[in-house]
Amino acid sequence: MNRIDQLFSKKQNNILNIYCTAGYPAINDTVGVMQSLEAAGADMVELGMPFSDPLADGPVIQASSTKAIANGMSIKKLFEQLKDVRQRVNLPIILMGYINPVLQFGVENFLEHCAATGVDGIILPDLPMDEYEDEYKPLFEKHGLHLIFLITPETSDERIRKIDGLSRGFVYAVSSSSTTGKDKEFAGQKQYFERIKKLQLKNPVLIGFGIKDKATFEAASAYSNGAIIGSAFVKALETSNDVPQTVNQFVKAIIN
Amino acid sequence: MNIAVNTKGSKYHVNEKGYYGKFGGAYIPEMLYPNVEELRTKYMEIMSDPAFQKEFEDLLRDYVGRPSPLYLAKRLSEKYGAQIYLKREDLNHTGAHKINNTIGQILLAQRLGKKRIIAETGAGQHGVATATVCALMGLECIVYMGSVDIQRQAPNVARMKMLGATVVAATSGSQTLKDATNEAIRDWINNPVDTHYIIGSVVGPHPYPDMVARFQSVISEEIRAQLKEKTGSELPDYVVACVGGGSNAAGTFFHFTEDEGVKLVAVEAAGQGVHSGYSAATSQLGKIGVIHASKTLLMQTEDGQIVEPHSISAGLDYPGVGPMHAHLYDTGRGLFLNATDEESLQAAYELCSLEGIIPALESAHALAKLKELDLKPTDVVVVCLSGRGDKDLETYIKNLKK
Ligand SMILES: Cc1ncc(COP(=O)(O)O)c(C=O)c1O
Repeated sequence: MNRIDQLFSKKQNNILNIYCTAGYPAINDTVGVMQSLEAAGADMVELGMPFSDPLADGPVIQASSTKAIANGMSIKKLFEQLKDVRQRVNLPIILMGYINPVLQFGVENFLEHCAATGVDGIILPDLPMDEYEDEYKPLFEKHGLHLIFLITPETSDERIRKIDGLSRGFVYAVSSSSTTGKDKEFAGQKQYFERIKKLQLKNPVLIGFGIKDKATFEAASAYSNGAIIGSAFVKALETSNDVPQTVNQFVKAIIN
Repeated sequence: MNIAVNTKGSKYHVNEKGYYGKFGGAYIPEMLYPNVEELRTKYMEIMSDPAFQKEFEDLLRDYVGRPSPLYLAKRLSEKYGAQIYLKREDLNHTGAHKINNTIGQILLAQRLGKKRIIAETGAGQHGVATATVCALMGLECIVYMGSVDIQRQAPNVARMKMLGATVVAATSGSQTLKDATNEAIRDWINNPVDTHYIIGSVVGPHPYPDMVARFQSVISEEIRAQLKEKTGSELPDYVVACVGGGSNAAGTFFHFTEDEGVKLVAVEAAGQGVHSGYSAATSQLGKIGVIHASKTLLMQTEDGQIVEPHSISAGLDYPGVGPMHAHLYDTGRGLFLNATDEESLQAAYELCSLEGIIPALESAHALAKLKELDLKPTDVVVVCLSGRGDKDLETYIKNLKK
């Protein structure tokens, strides 16, 4: 069974999913950061495959991507690092990235490598739903990989249902109409979160974008199965002298 | 007015899924879906409305100064041994073809009820053209421009500000056109309801490439009528245009794609030479991929990271090319040439001395390839003179002295 599904079958509330950029802060930190996240009590990890032109990301994740690329990170390098990851990390691992580097690596080749290394889910925000349905869905299913789609406050109920139908693992609810790391007013999104809840989707829902601390994590989790923290975690790593300790403190501050 | 002409069944225009052959589409994050979907479902309906077309036409005539002249350049013709006509987009208000598109899109934005306009710009020509139409319509205007370009193109920055636009420096990545486009897209993600994004070329997600090409198609519509009057035939042997993203070329080619006897010549910027490592000749150096939400040819590393192009002309300094052009290249319908920085400078000086016209550096790239067309005296050649060279004076003067 896919580790994402295993997780949700055991735990439905306050799921903490942490995003970090692969190859950041240093090229060989990728697996170590995931180990520290697991040790500290995070439930899931979203590993960013850095791209030169990340359209949906704000300044913090952009900067981490630029740095990771400069560090030598690429999809090829990432799979080298993930070769034995399942001997060291049990968390569900989701790879997040933009479509162009995946196209260059080759979609089928990419999915084969994901399956072989033990990746569970994939987020490709700029892969359109239709394209996925027409071209790639059978390939993802063949390799047992979940593709996770995004919804936003502007997504209609009808479209949310369609996205829910196509998503596997969970649905990623973007908290506000924004790029990552924006501090938009969280309280104003109540209606949107309640609307999602009422739809009673078949997939679990995790809320992301703008979640940065215990308060926002708990607020988001009150309406969903949990939340995703990205920019705030990357920012903590940016200034860290001791990565394992920073990771530990960051996670503990949220779940304790 | 032919901006809403039916192109169904054409091999060279967009299909109902938003593709030109294998190029195009809309690779957008979900955050942009409502905006892009609204445009997709409404643009043809709006552009087909006679009232819209009349407003567009009136502004092009009375405000922009269209039709732009088709000028038989006698001394240039003599030199190259053919009948060479220049389509004088340089004489438009604001000095380039860019205004055809911004007039069209501002009218469209009004019909969609948008209150806030964003745009990207490289050389500043599209930024100026956008700031101009926003002033005309009394709409808020924010222009994203790479910090490097803000320094390179100071006069256009001043013009935009004088026209009331806010110019925001794009400080991410390489701080040029590609990054300005990223920032404009990010702004749109953050302002999904009240904002329209006026893209400056035939790039970006469907329906932009087709929509922008249609607004620019007035260029080839006029060329046909003007040639008919001057030569008795609507059809030239060659149409030649420079290609950055490809909007002036798309406008120049639009109504000739189905006339297979008309050679469509696209000239890209070779920079310091196609294989010098400092080039923007995307068709030669690019591979298929996704840039700014469009599947097209783009310059990238083996790992799929987008690389920085180089051209002396900021308007051609783009690592991708519109999907229509990728398809014209792929099918062989378009002849893709490229001109170096140096060849383009020489072509600009030549046009000055032979015809008394200072062209934009971008347009000079198109002129630079006349020498490579195997021309006969009876050949009719139309070159799109996409813009005037005022903005490039500093570069011209600097290089004259060398
Ligand atoms: C005069 C002129 N020509 C050409 C271009 C290139 O754009 P496109 O390829 O979209 O025509 C520009 C862009 O700034 C321009 O200012």
